Amino acid sequence: MSDNANTSNESGGYGRVSTGGLDTTHGVVLYLEDISVSFDGFKALNKLSLSIDIGELRCVIGPNGAGKTTMMDVITGKTRPDEGTVFFGQTIDLTKMSEAEISTVGVGRKFQKPTIFEHHSVFENLELAMKADKKVRSTLFSKLSSAQMDSIAETLKTIRLGDNADRVAGLLSHGQKQWLEIGMLLMQEPRLLLLDEPVAGMSDEETERTGELFLSLAGKHSLVVVEHDMAFVEKIGRKITVLHEGSVLAEGSMGEVQNDPKVIEVYLGR
Amino acid sequence: MTDVNSMTGGMGRRLYGPRGWTVLGLCCIAVFVVMPILNLAVPAESPFHVSAYWVTLFGKVMCYAIVAVAMDLVWGYAGILSLGHGLFFALGGYSFGMYLMRQIGSDGQYRQPMPDFMVFLDWKEFPWQWWNSDSFLWCAMLVVVVPGLLAYVFGYFAFRSRVKGVYLSIITQALTFAAMLLFFRNATGFGGNNGFTDFRRILDIPIATPQTRMTLFAITGATLIGTLLLARWLTTSRFGRVLAAIRDAEQRVMFCGYDTVHYKLFVWTLSAVICGIAGALYVPQVGIINPGEMSPANSIEIAIWVAVGGRGTLIGPILGAGLVNGAKSFFTQAFPEYWLYALGLIFILVTLFLPQGVMGLMKKKT
Amino acid sequence: MRILLTISLWLFASGAFALDAATVNKLGFGDGDEKIAAIAALVAEGDPAAAALLQAATDGELQTSGKLVLIVKGEEGVNAATGAKVAPLPEDREDVILNNRVRRELGGAVAALKLISPDRAIRLAAAKELTGNADEAMLPLIKKALARETDAGVKQLLELTQATLELKTGTKESRVGAVRTLGLSTNPNTKMLLLGILEKSKEGTFTEPDEDIRIEAQKSLLALEGRLAWGERAGVLFTSVSLGSILLLAALGLAITYGLMGVINMAHGELIMVGAYTTYVVQNFFKRTEFFDWYPLAAVPASFIVAAAVGMALERLVIRWLYGRPLETLLATWGISLMLIQTVRTIFGAANVQVENPSFMSGGIEVLTGVVMPWSRVYIIAFAALVLFLMYFLLTKTRLGLFVRGVMQNRAMASCVGVPTARVDTWAFGLGSGVAGLAGCALSQIDNVGPNLGQNYIVDSFMVVVLGGVGQLAGTVYAALGLGFANKLLEAWQGAVLAKIAVLVFIIVFIQKRPQGMFALKGRALDS
Repeated sequence: MSDNANTSNESGGYGRVSTGGLDTTHGVVLYLEDISVSFDGFKALNKLSLSIDIGELRCVIGPNGAGKTTMMDVITGKTRPDEGTVFFGQTIDLTKMSEAEISTVGVGRKFQKPTIFEHHSVFENLELAMKADKKVRSTLFSKLSSAQMDSIAETLKTIRLGDNADRVAGLLSHGQKQWLEIGMLLMQEPRLLLLDEPVAGMSDEETERTGELFLSLAGKHSLVVVEHDMAFVEKIGRKITVLHEGSVLAEGSMGEVQNDPKVIEVYLGR
Repeated sequence: MTDVNSMTGGMGRRLYGPRGWTVLGLCCIAVFVVMPILNLAVPAESPFHVSAYWVTLFGKVMCYAIVAVAMDLVWGYAGILSLGHGLFFALGGYSFGMYLMRQIGSDGQYRQPMPDFMVFLDWKEFPWQWWNSDSFLWCAMLVVVVPGLLAYVFGYFAFRSRVKGVYLSIITQALTFAAMLLFFRNATGFGGNNGFTDFRRILDIPIATPQTRMTLFAITGATLIGTLLLARWLTTSRFGRVLAAIRDAEQRVMFCGYDTVHYKLFVWTLSAVICGIAGALYVPQVGIINPGEMSPANSIEIAIWVAVGGRGTLIGPILGAGLVNGAKSFFTQAFPEYWLYALGLIFILVTLFLPQGVMGLMKKKT
Repeated sequence: MRILLTISLWLFASGAFALDAATVNKLGFGDGDEKIAAIAALVAEGDPAAAALLQAATDGELQTSGKLVLIVKGEEGVNAATGAKVAPLPEDREDVILNNRVRRELGGAVAALKLISPDRAIRLAAAKELTGNADEAMLPLIKKALARETDAGVKQLLELTQATLELKTGTKESRVGAVRTLGLSTNPNTKMLLLGILEKSKEGTFTEPDEDIRIEAQKSLLALEGRLAWGERAGVLFTSVSLGSILLLAALGLAITYGLMGVINMAHGELIMVGAYTTYVVQNFFKRTEFFDWYPLAAVPASFIVAAAVGMALERLVIRWLYGRPLETLLATWGISLMLIQTVRTIFGAANVQVENPSFMSGGIEVLTGVVMPWSRVYIIAFAALVLFLMYFLLTKTRLGLFVRGVMQNRAMASCVGVPTARVDTWAFGLGSGVAGLAGCALSQIDNVGPNLGQNYIVDSFMVVVLGGVGQLAGTVYAALGLGFANKLLEAWQGAVLAKIAVLVFIIVFIQKRPQGMFALKGRALDS
């Protein structure tokens, strides 16, 4: 797997730009190495190794139970791996950090089921997600600066919820909630975005726009998209990783993956 | 594209609008002007005279209302249903009770400098818990520190281990139950079954005079209003929005980069401290504190005050505390055997039909 | 009384009367000292007739008339020395006066003579009575009794008594033997005796001058202490298992309603109370009939059915509407519990009511001296095991159990495959409530039955379920027994209240370490 680290040439150069605290001198934003997780004897992840380059847009596919969500859980600190290491950049060991810390160093995550704050307005949702000092004391006395207001307005525009800014988020449509959650992710200004089935429940048009959004984000951010919708994957995926039974089955472009006999066997049955 | 600055979005929220401040002002007048005049200045024969009984009752209910606001902070906003808030209330009460016991001096039944129950147990000197208990300031500090510290330590472990929901409720209940058992023991040093009573003085002023009673009443009223404003300020700040977000989707809040443990711990500890202060105000007015205050039933009743009034509204719980305790006073005098039926029904009906409480009802109408 | 009757019947039947007339006369006419001497002589004879005479004297049936000593029972009399019937009874009879000193002697003597009764139970009782208070005069009799004793239990007790006596009077060899025998005892009193041998007087000299005996005593003491410690351990073990079984009974119902269904039923304790009061009512029905001992047969199903009915009604009326809102359920069921308490108060009064044990449940087995296992508790342990087994069977082997588990795991799916989920909920809740009723039935045998019964168990029951892990029957069992042990062990060490507090604190800490309980499955399910 390690030889994949530098294959992505276009993003390699970008990685050399030094960015606050995150050391990406090798052009890689995330390394997973030999990650194993088991739940009562069931191996959800089995020596999974993966690396994501700076600015890359990676699609992860795989049948149910392949370990996609568990992999995200491990990266974001929700589940601790039984063994293996997760490095963010060259120096930050994610397995030793809490969810909040991981988020603060620049990993954003969108859940499978859209999770937003249903009783808050759209604006407040974005405000809460916004990159800022998130200690108790500062939230007690904080006031929004005009720069922050602008950034919220910017995001509202990106996710096309400008007209709904004051609406209670719980009243949004499913697709709008997905967008709001993506918007919240953007407000966090993460280096790496993990998106678990981001277009589930979206109309075709919304899916289309989401794809465009992701493509425009790639380069500036690194994205990992877990998706079942193969058409969507084909559209946005430059590089695809296939997970099966907790480890990587195949990796490559859509064409390569589709012609891989192992993948065909897993997907089309034995 | 809408103009960002026109979006209220929670920005620039004031504590209360003009109407809110007016109501609050009227409450202040009622507590600080009307009640003292009706009680102290209006002669007893007059139909407008408010008797000591009512002053004490209102004072007591205001103490409960403070607890209800504290409970609303943790339950209504942070989603933590505590079944142990009676413990913090009682700890505040006991802390201040120690001082009141010391103020009795040698006027107890045994005419000894030690509190009666210690004389009765044949203790020769004060146990360590009573160190410096004749100092008002020390005991006032304990009122804040003891419940606060216990809540902090308990909360630190509970929240860090992600104990939440019903689990947390049940272990808070176990906590207050354990404390009750502890305080029932004579050896614990707080008067066992009987607790503290027969207070004579506070700051060397006789406690049973109308003036002292009215002073305590006014202080309680001021504390209630102060608590309400503090809670309102907290919940309208971004901190309050984070709390409510934790209540609705804690995972999401963590993935937004907030350390939810600190948020919960802060509001939990603050809530316990407020309860302790309410307990300290309660004891001199009611004149007794015993381990019964720590019984699980008492703590769970606090939750129903909040539920009756409406969770997450701050004003609602104050109303709820008043309504439930008003009903309690009425029933226990008129039909004592029916009070438990009534209270039970309140629990059931409110949860089934009034999830937003009285405030929800009022909102629907307007 | 039965023992005395047996003795006298047997004595009269045997008719073997041949007592020394002089001794009998001394007992009838002599002064205090003479009477005591006569009693000693009679005991030494170890004769059944002597036993009858002494028993008669104890019962105040000894009379004199002229030179004659008579045993008078009602209107019939026999000559105390010969056993011949005396009829008609002389008119000038006088009661034989016995002072307290003589009475005391008589007591011991009667007990000593019972040792030769053919009835094992009488001998055992007599031997037990003697262990504490035999005196040297009885030594010959005890030896005699030992020689013909066949029963191991009685023999052991007698040997002990003999050793105690020989220790006081015997030769060096017999005393060494005695000390050794004492080491085989299980009686705590023996320990005092041995300690007495090892004691030093104030001047620093041993009260026992013979060093060999002291060494033997030391050895025996160690052996004895070891055995006593085991006895104590057995006692703690038993009370722990007993408490564990009670906790288990109280918590089993919760394991269904909370563990499987996820319903926080704060009225669970009151369902236990309902079961206990049902038992009380059933017991009242049987009270004045000859079938009183059989009332548990009716009370067990009745308490199950009544509690289950109450539970099902609650589920239908209240809990059903609150599924998925655990905190609201908690508050509503608390309200229900208040109403149930008040209902019971209104019907039965606020005071505790008396539930009598059936006769086979009173008393207990004495495992070692001082370690008694009350039958009621033994039966409850067995009952808890039975209920546990039935519940396990019901949940794993029956259709209802399958449905319940199916609905709890995936309601939507179960509904899709045609399981009537709403009805399953009601039945499952009824089952849990019924088991609570059974717990109440059992508790009524050992605990006070009053309106607050439930409140005393609710915290404990929740602790058991929470500690054991939700949805785990095995976890509930381990947690109940574990808590039983922890409570009793700490109780022996620190007293009941502190033990309880310590256990609660332990659980609070434990839950923070393992929030899902001891046996919970680790899963990747999103937080609820």
